[in-house]
Amino acid sequence: MSTSSHSPALLHHFDSVEQQKEASSLGMWLFLVTEIMFFGGMFTAYIVYRSLYPNAFVAASHTLDITMGAINTAVLICSSLSMALAVNAAQLGRRKSLVWFLILTILLGSVFLGIKAVEYHDKFVHHHVPGASFHFEGPEPQNAQLFFSIYFGATGLHALHMIIGIVLLAILAIRAQRGRFSSEYYTPIDMTGLYWHFVDIVWIFLFPLLYLLGGHLQGGGH
Amino acid sequence: MSGHAESRKVYYAIFGALLALTYLTVAVARIDLGRLNTIVALTIAVTKAVLVVLFFMHVRHSNRLTKLVVVGGFVWLALLIGLTMLDVTSRNWLTIPG
Amino acid sequence: MITEAPVDTGNYITSHYGIKSWLLTVDHKRIALLYLIAITFFFFLGGAFAVMIRLELLTPQGDLFQSETYNKLFTMHGIIMIFFFLVPSIPATLGNFLVPLMIGARDLAFPRLNLASWYIFIVGGCFSVFAAIFGGVDTGWTFYTPYSSTYSNTWVTVTAMGIFITGFSSILTGLNFIVTIHTMRAPGLSWFRLPLFIWSHYATSLIMILGTPVVAVTMLLVGLERMFRVPIFDPALGGDPVLFQHLFWFYSHPAVYIMILPAMGVVSELVAASTRKPVFGYKVVAFASIAIAVFGFLVWGHHMFVSGQSVYASLVFSFLSYAVAIPSAVKVFNWTATMHKGSNSYHTPMLYAFGFIGLFTIGGLTGLFVAALGVDVHVHDTYFVIAHFHYIMVGGAIMGYLGGLHFWWPKITGRLYPELPAKLSAFTIFVGFNLTFFPQFVLGYLGMPRRYHAYPEEFQVLNVMSTAGASILAFGYALPMLYFLWSLKWGKHASPNPWGAKGLEWLTTSPPPTENFKEMPVVTEPAYAYAPHKGVKVVDV
Repeated sequence: MSTSSHSPALLHHFDSVEQQKEASSLGMWLFLVTEIMFFGGMFTAYIVYRSLYPNAFVAASHTLDITMGAINTAVLICSSLSMALAVNAAQLGRRKSLVWFLILTILLGSVFLGIKAVEYHDKFVHHHVPGASFHFEGPEPQNAQLFFSIYFGATGLHALHMIIGIVLLAILAIRAQRGRFSSEYYTPIDMTGLYWHFVDIVWIFLFPLLYLLGGHLQGGGH
Repeated sequence: MSGHAESRKVYYAIFGALLALTYLTVAVARIDLGRLNTIVALTIAVTKAVLVVLFFMHVRHSNRLTKLVVVGGFVWLALLIGLTMLDVTSRNWLTIPG
Repeated sequence: MITEAPVDTGNYITSHYGIKSWLLTVDHKRIALLYLIAITFFFFLGGAFAVMIRLELLTPQGDLFQSETYNKLFTMHGIIMIFFFLVPSIPATLGNFLVPLMIGARDLAFPRLNLASWYIFIVGGCFSVFAAIFGGVDTGWTFYTPYSSTYSNTWVTVTAMGIFITGFSSILTGLNFIVTIHTMRAPGLSWFRLPLFIWSHYATSLIMILGTPVVAVTMLLVGLERMFRVPIFDPALGGDPVLFQHLFWFYSHPAVYIMILPAMGVVSELVAASTRKPVFGYKVVAFASIAIAVFGFLVWGHHMFVSGQSVYASLVFSFLSYAVAIPSAVKVFNWTATMHKGSNSYHTPMLYAFGFIGLFTIGGLTGLFVAALGVDVHVHDTYFVIAHFHYIMVGGAIMGYLGGLHFWWPKITGRLYPELPAKLSAFTIFVGFNLTFFPQFVLGYLGMPRRYHAYPEEFQVLNVMSTAGASILAFGYALPMLYFLWSLKWGKHASPNPWGAKGLEWLTTSPPPTENFKEMPVVTEPAYAYAPHKGVKVVDV
């Protein structure tokens, strides 16, 4: 308990810095629970349709590039590491390390988005984007289109969360550079870290569900 | 939120485990295990998620309330998926005339 | 300047002047008033649609509006009343105002998020008002696909986005309450010393957090399907409309508990204050609130018995729907037991509490009717269901809201409302309500379907009764508007505790200062620690 109640970071309606930190943490975790349920609706749709149309889903999944998906998974895992190291640096009061790790996280997140953009472009070129110009050569094209609806819906929503995360990290990096954080006060870094790791976890589930369906039948069909 | 910092060595170890599990899940997917493929893939995904939650999100050192909140969130998602699938999977069990 | 008010060193209303000090406030009490104004507007907007519905239903022919227009009327009525009035009503007004006061805190945990939640609410509301003005939505508030996602030619996407946005307002409110109640209770205020109003709002907040995101993503998917012809729910494109219903009702059933739990919390407070006794079985009532929130998530399929859902799933949902009625019933028993040997008084808030208990019981019991598979096959989509949920939403939730508004009006405004007009309004509302909705049970049982503007001749008498009741009800609702506004200028000034009630909010001035308490309270006694009378023992749980 090294901080007094006169810490500049203490907001007036809280009694102590500990209370404020506890509130921030619980608040962020509750928000992440809402995110679990938000993405959860999308996962539910995926599970329902996959159980109803297994063949179409396998065929559609084969049009995704496993290598790119795997690389992206690794990229996000690296970004989670850099984020954890950023929080660690903040905890230890190392301003320069903090800033560099935040920037590294932003870069890795951007790489992820770049690879996603390449994948989306590929889908567009092959007419796998659901809608008027959709065209699928494999079995059950209608049901395959459902796969792509969920693919774009889920990865699109995920990408949007990545973009928001990157913006938040950029703001934090600027503030960190200006010395706004210390080993006494680094709550925003910590909380944004939780958010970033959550977005990584969403991808940890999206990758096998979307990319690895019937992976042993690459290029073939049932 | 914990006061003490996790050691960086632990972070690197978890990082290594996550990469290894990613490699594993891709490798297993290329083998035909029938129904098991999905189970293995999901088991690996859950393991990765648990590692991220416990170590990167330091729930390992968090208080009981935080742990309850985390578990509660996933339990609730399981309810949504579970009861919905109860309907979807049992629709064809009984053919009702008319 | 000398006034007749008690010594007033400034309260939250007078502390700052100017529109900016209200629109940029982070004071939970001011934000509560901002919400009060907004939801009152939406109440009368939703009510206007109800008036048009009841006017059309005076005659068996569909002669006042075209069918397409009528579809828009009941849709807008439902959407506005549910998402923009009932869901926020008690939590965003009474909850926002009272939660910090009742737990002895200076504000909620996240005051700026609180203000953001109001603006988000307003933005979402604007989407709905836009849709209403420029042609309306005709899908029913339930947005069933594929009509909503493909075939309807009305402002579905705009409305869906409005609901999506407003959902975040609800989520932020719930998040704020949970964090506040966990981390900011006054010294000595353990969980089982909390007022039951707090327990109810805590349970409500759990539902807001866990359920709202699902309806949000569902509305998003409907919007995507509509705007980009992306197949998700349209069977012509391989989709499953029943999947939509699962995702929709996963939130929308618990949503009804969002609408009733806060009112139950209010009733607990009213009953305790009016009988000057602790609520009977305090712990049971507290746990019942949590049980309602949890069980409420397990029953959504009872809205889908006739939609193609599997019989087995329907059986499970039907069984669980009976289970969820139990904690609600327990609360009714406990309130009644509280009144036994209580020092009962019959001021307006207590009249509303009585109204709630009776009407909620009727509404709740008829819920058991529709929870039975066999009965529901016959009464699904009839006026029986409409009567059932209006008994709970209007006879229950709105009465709870009005009772709470009256009870805490002195605390919020520093003025007393006039008791005689208030009692008259309560009676008028009670009579008008029953005349409006009881005939609808009969109509539904006899087979009149909902969402139709034309009906067989033999149903006219009951429909005329219902419309007559509605006009009385409308008059009853208008009266409080008038005398509440009147009281702001001419009402008697209120003391800190005009009811002589227990609770931390009564320890501070009426209205409270911006920081809520001059001295932060320390709690040393259980909730409702009224002086024992007639052999009542107060036990600290």
